[in-house]
Amino acid sequence: MSLTPAIRVRGLVKRFGQTTVLDGIDLDAGRGEVTCLIGPSGSGKSTLLRCIAFLEEATDGFIEIDGEPLGFAAGPSGERMRLPQSAIRPVRSRVGMVFQQFNLWPHMTALGNVSEALVIVRGMKRRDAEARAMAELEKVGLSGRASHYPSELSGGQQQRVAIARALALEPRIMLFDEPTSSLDPELTGEVLNVMRDLAKTGMTMLVVTHEIGFAASVGAKIVFLDHGKLLVQGTPGEVFGKPRHPRIEQFLDTYLDRGAATLL
Amino acid sequence: MSFDLDLVLSFGPQILTALAITIALWVAGSGLGLVLGFFIAVARRYGGKPVDTLLMLPVELIRGTPFLVQIFLLYYGGPYVGLSLDKTVAGLLGLTVYGAAYYSELWRAGFDAIPKGHLEAADCVGLDRSQTMRRIILPEMTMLVLPSMVNMTILMLKETAILSIISVPELTLVVSAIGTEYYAFVESFTILALLYWGLVELCGAAGRHAERRLSKYRFSVS
Repeated sequence: MSLTPAIRVRGLVKRFGQTTVLDGIDLDAGRGEVTCLIGPSGSGKSTLLRCIAFLEEATDGFIEIDGEPLGFAAGPSGERMRLPQSAIRPVRSRVGMVFQQFNLWPHMTALGNVSEALVIVRGMKRRDAEARAMAELEKVGLSGRASHYPSELSGGQQQRVAIARALALEPRIMLFDEPTSSLDPELTGEVLNVMRDLAKTGMTMLVVTHEIGFAASVGAKIVFLDHGKLLVQGTPGEVFGKPRHPRIEQFLDTYLDRGAATLL
Repeated sequence: MSFDLDLVLSFGPQILTALAITIALWVAGSGLGLVLGFFIAVARRYGGKPVDTLLMLPVELIRGTPFLVQIFLLYYGGPYVGLSLDKTVAGLLGLTVYGAAYYSELWRAGFDAIPKGHLEAADCVGLDRSQTMRRIILPEMTMLVLPSMVNMTILMLKETAILSIISVPELTLVVSAIGTEYYAFVESFTILALLYWGLVELCGAAGRHAERRLSKYRFSVS
């Protein structure tokens, strides 16, 4: 078994104008493991995820997916070189992304959303792509909603379709950017259950979340970001167990209701 | 003097020919304007700052002056700069450019209204720029801009009447000439009003039908 981490981030810096959002992040996400990114709003956790999805280009530093450089590589004398588009695409295609706002395309049915890239990007026949899409919808428990448009689905159902859309492309790694933050509490559970099932299949997952209970129970590794820096990382026991890092104590007190914090 | 519709209606064949010309100019002018306007909007959005600035001037010029003045300058002023056009060609060209200026602004509003996340989702599953344009942006934008496009297309029909000042043999020119010749102004303009109104209602009904068909995939997420 290879020891190369599924995701390796080294010295990642992201600036928006004068603002430094990520200030030198080093992170390894283990293969087949669930890594949860937590931290206060504005700590840079979503930006880090978006850099790994290559939706944002980091200002400095390197990202490797399965040992292969994403977007930028070190040149002969260590300088940072942008890779050509042809080298970026195959690496990106190993990564699936799930957004806070679902981002389903409103003019396509659930089946259309899931099968679209299979037809347009992978060149599958429409019939084969739809069969595959149907199997993915089945996995998230929505084969009965295949012909529904996003506007006809609840938020939880939309997010499950979005997960199926990403999974249809058979990624090696799944990124989740606050997947339940725009859902009502009673719809959060159905999405978290799908994610739990996915974790059990051995999918490598990197999850930005405020669901501390989910992070503690499913996460193999918890990473706490604060002001663009990686402050603490470790197993849920190490990060949440007492004695806690004072910043984490404060975070749990401030950002969660006390009831949830005592469950840990 | 009596209200004598029969007199005007006895010119039925001429009126129908003129109506056909009006419809042809309307359909062609709107269609070409829609397409040209789309490319203007795309160029202004993706072509960088210089292209945007360069195209802003003509769009603002067209939107800032009456169509009557534009068509007059194009037809009578064109020859001074070596542009001598047949009146119908000048009429169609003028109508197209006039429509394109307005349609381009509507397309632009459509681009702006598509949530950025929908495009990021397309990017993440590997759709390239032209695939995203064809499969995501265009269809999604169409449903967003449809009502304002129908509205503009209705205005385009009524602007074709302006082409009578450069003697394009369209509906307004022909019917008002009949009215002048036989001193039947009220009758001829009543016919004119009814014909334009009928076409507008037809266009509106087609628009409503299309909207109903598209309504099931309206946005549910803000």
